[in-house]
Formats: sequence, C-alpha cells, structure tokens
Amino acid sequence: MRSFNSQMARNIFYGGTVFFVLLFVAIIFDTENRIPERSNSAEITPAVVRGKHLWETRNCIGCHTLLGEGAYFAPELGNVYQRRGPDFIKAWIKAQPTGAPGRRQMPQFNFTEAQLDDLVEFFKWTNGVNTEKWPPNIEG
Amino acid sequence: MRTATVRFKSQSVAKLYFIAAIGLFVGQIVFGLTLGLQYVIGDLFFPAIPFNIARMVHTNLLIVWLLMGFMGAAYYIIPEEAETELYSPFLAKLLFWVFLAAGAATILGYLLVPYATLAQMTGNDFLATMGREFLEQPLPTKVGIVVVALGLLFNITMTVLKGRKTAISLVLLMGLWGLALLFLFAFVNPSNLVRDKMYWWFVVHLWVEGVWELILGALLAFVLIKTTGVDREVIDKWLYLIIAMALVTGILGTGHHYFFIGLPGYWSWVGSVFGALEPIPFFMMTLFAFNMVQRRKREHPNQAAVLWAVGTAVMAFLGAGLWGFIHTLSPVNYYTHGSQITAAHGHLAFYGAYVLVVIAMISYAMPILRGREANPRRAQAWEMWSFWIMTIGMAVMVLSLTAAGILQVWLQRIPTQGAMPFMAVQDQLRFFYWSRVGGGVLFLLGLLVYLTSFFVGPAADEEEIPVGVRGQLQGA
Repeated sequence: MRSFNSQMARNIFYGGTVFFVLLFVAIIFDTENRIPERSNSAEITPAVVRGKHLWETRNCIGCHTLLGEGAYFAPELGNVYQRRGPDFIKAWIKAQPTGAPGRRQMPQFNFTEAQLDDLVEFFKWTNGVNTEKWPPNIEG
Repeated sequence: MRTATVRFKSQSVAKLYFIAAIGLFVGQIVFGLTLGLQYVIGDLFFPAIPFNIARMVHTNLLIVWLLMGFMGAAYYIIPEEAETELYSPFLAKLLFWVFLAAGAATILGYLLVPYATLAQMTGNDFLATMGREFLEQPLPTKVGIVVVALGLLFNITMTVLKGRKTAISLVLLMGLWGLALLFLFAFVNPSNLVRDKMYWWFVVHLWVEGVWELILGALLAFVLIKTTGVDREVIDKWLYLIIAMALVTGILGTGHHYFFIGLPGYWSWVGSVFGALEPIPFFMMTLFAFNMVQRRKREHPNQAAVLWAVGTAVMAFLGAGLWGFIHTLSPVNYYTHGSQITAAHGHLAFYGAYVLVVIAMISYAMPILRGREANPRRAQAWEMWSFWIMTIGMAVMVLSLTAAGILQVWLQRIPTQGAMPFMAVQDQLRFFYWSRVGGGVLFLLGLLVYLTSFFVGPAADEEEIPVGVRGQLQGA
C-alpha cells in the first residue's frame, strides 16, 4: 500500500468540505422553514420592524446583549419586556443619562413617543421568540 | 547581518500593508484599554466617547488590521510561491490607499458623528445593514470592502494562474475567496431578528472559525517552510489535514451559536457535537508546529519568527480550542451564553490565532523587505520579549475575565430565585475588571516593546559574527 501522501490529504479536504457544506445547507433550509413558527413571524408588525431599525441605528448592541449576543456592558434586553414592562422601558430611556458619578451611562437619544412605542413593540416581539427557555431566569 | 532582498520586486507592496496593520493594531489596543477602564469607571469620557462607540472602534480596527495583515501576507507569499511577479503591483498599491482611506473615514465617522446621523448620511435607510455587532460599517464602507477584496482576489488569482501552483497558494486563495464571498451576507438583514442572527453568523462564525483558518494555516505553513527548511510534501500534507478538520468541524460548528436565538432545538445537538470537535484542528496545528521545528533542516537566523509561529499554534489551541471548548456544550452554554466567559474566549482566540499569525508573518517578511535576512540579534531579543509580555498580559486579561464570568454566572444565572440583577453583579466583579485593566496595560507595554524592536540596531560585535552565516554553516 502506498503511504499517505499530500494528494490523499487534499482529497480528504475537498471531499469533507463539500459534504459538510451540503449538509449545512440542507439543515439551514429546514431551519428556514421553522423560523416563522418559532419566532411568531406573523406578529412582526410595521412597528416591530421600525423598532428593530431604531435598535440598529442607535447601535444598542454596542453595550447591550440581545438574546445573549452583543456587548456585555449593559443588561440583556431579549426578555426586558417581561422583566420591566412597557412603561418602565420608556421612562428609563427618557431618563438617560442618569449622570450618577462613576456609573455606566446610557446616551440620550431624544426619541419621540411614537419611536419609544416602536422600540417597546420590538422588545415585546423579541420576548416572544422561542429561545429554548433561555435565559435561565428573569435577570437575563 | 547577512543582506537579503525579496525574490520578486513586487513583493515589496506587502510592506505598506504591514506598516499600516501595525499602526491600526496600536489604535485597537488604545481603544481596548479605554473600554477596560469604562468597565470600572462607567462615566469615563462620557458623553464624548460612549462605550458603544469605543467598542465599535476597537473591534472594527481589529478586523481591519487583521485584513490588512492577511492582504500584505498574500501579496508577499503569492509571488514567491507562484515564482513570478505580482500581476499588478500598481493595483495592489492603489487598493491599499483606498482601503486605508475608507477605514480611516469610517473610524472618524464613528467618533465624530452620532451613529444615527452616520446611518442616515450613508444610505442605511436605503439598504439597512448597520448596527449589528462587528458589521457596524456604513453601507459605502461595506461596498468598499467588497471592491477591495475583489481587486485583491483578481490580482493574486491572476498571479497564481500565470505561475507555479502550490498547496500554500491554493489554500490561501480559497481562504480569501471564502472571506470575500461570505462577507456578502453582511448585506443580508431580514426584519425577522431570528433570521437576521442566523445569517449574521454566516459572516462572523464562518469567517473566524472557517475560512480564516485556511488563511491561518497557509500563513503558518509558509513561515514554517521558510524557517525550518522541512520538505514541502510533509508540510502540504499537514496543511490539508488541518484545514480539512477545520472545515469539517467548523461548518456545522456554526450550530454552537444557534442554541438560544430562536432556531430549532436540534441545533443543540449539532452545535454541541461539532463545537466540541473544533479544538482538533488547533491541536493538530500545535503538533504540526512543534514537529516541523524539531525536524528542521536549518537554523534560520530569524529565531523571533519561529517563536511567533510556534506561539501562534500554542495560543490558538488554548484560546480558540480550549477556551472555546469550555462553553461550547449546550447545557453549559445555557448558563454562560453572553457572559464574560464569551469575552474571555473571544480575546484569547483572536490573539492566539490571528494576531499572532499576522505578527509571525510580519516578523518573517519585514526584515527581508528591509533588505536583510533577519533582524539583528538585539532587535530579535526585543521582539521575543514583546511576545512574552503581550502573551502574559493577554493571559492576565483572559484569566480575569474567566473568573469574572464564573462569578457572574454564579450570581446572575444559576439561582432560580433571588438572582442578582445585571448591574448589581457588575459591581461584584470590579476586582476582576481592574485586574483585566492591569493585563491590558501589560499588553500595551508588550506592544510598545514590539514597536521598539523595529528601531533596534545590531550590537557592536554583531557585524563580525553574522547570524545568517553561522546559521548557514549549521544547516550545511
């Protein structure tokens, strides 16, 4: 038998890569089909879409996590709707920055009342995503 | 010191890329230190530089300088491997200035304009892509990245086509093509957050745990071939096996990010199994590096480059392999997801795998680009010190963040009743955050030592006993 050479190693690379790419694509295809149900996509209203846009254009992910992803400087907001409720969320955003010396500060974004409602709708929808019971408790 | 010049004149474009990469690296660390301090002095620089802005600069600079390093490495390696001049040195230089200017403009945009205004000014309402972690760049910058990447790929693909085709150049090309193609998912931003996150990982995970590993493998193999003189056949075999394992484990390993973001539960199994296998290619890389150094056929005069290369393999295994493994299983990740454990892993993985391999490449190539086979021994001593100081600094940071993460999980995640709120927990972690700042300061010190090494000349006696000649005699 010929000894193991670099051509054989190369073939393992090509074969393995192609196989796993195809497998990955197949699973992603199945996942795509399940996303609507798992994320309650029927409940994505125009307000939710606008809220997501606000979330992105204020770079909230630069301090907070959302469903566990983002920066770890400020609290998780995937379940903030459940933890704090709509009125608290709006009042909190309006009251920023706290100005407490030494404490982490959140910028003032000067949102309109309608924009605050959109953000709350986005958090409310996000809270309803099926995350396999994550986070472990209300503190996120 | 033995003089040496690049074998192909066009390789010298790499020098621009390497110098800019190091410059941006310094910027990244300065902002990193700022962030570390903001963890303990929350209102530092507020409202001038809020945390999210500093973080965006820190992570975007990291990406840009590593890309600069990869590009410089490609321009250096490809002509030498293909044994022909670069297809268009002019295009390479032009794209460098385009990339640098676009990068600088983007960073200035982050710092000088509120992010929402920046989004508005740059057409984000037309095609929304901003405000997602690591993909914060304005639309024109994203388009610019694609243009620069395509230009680079055209240039080096044409070079490879007209010359010798080696395993290293093919793997490097595949890595860079994959990098460019997967970046196209940065333009995909569905309004459904779950779907958004799923495609977002196509860029983020399949870059750093997929195609970037091809680039890493090619760079490491190149430096090892040059500094050890081991046969290509042996190194090619290793290279293919390592990248085969990297993709076999890494592609489905994407699943370890799909546990709790709204995707089906079967990802818990797929992600856990393949995530757990992901350390294998890194372990093989460590074996590979030590094996090649042991079988070396020459004592290369540039021992600093050998240290960086071996350091890459070891630290990549610890950071990407081991620190990834500790929280990759879904039942563990359930508690550690999005905690400081993630931050610890991210820092060590990027440092070990990508920062070190780019420096290894620069360390090998830069002396040659400056007209000598290796740096003077004194300069190499500074380089080696900088390796140890930066690595120890990083270790302090990573151990601090790991400890902070464990405590955070203990106080905030594990209790089913009466768990501490996020900010209260953060107050409990102050000691570890301070020691992280200490590690960061040490890291910056190591970086300054590294910068100094570029300006250190030979000792008085070194001209008489040239390192290169002595190395050659041993090799003969």
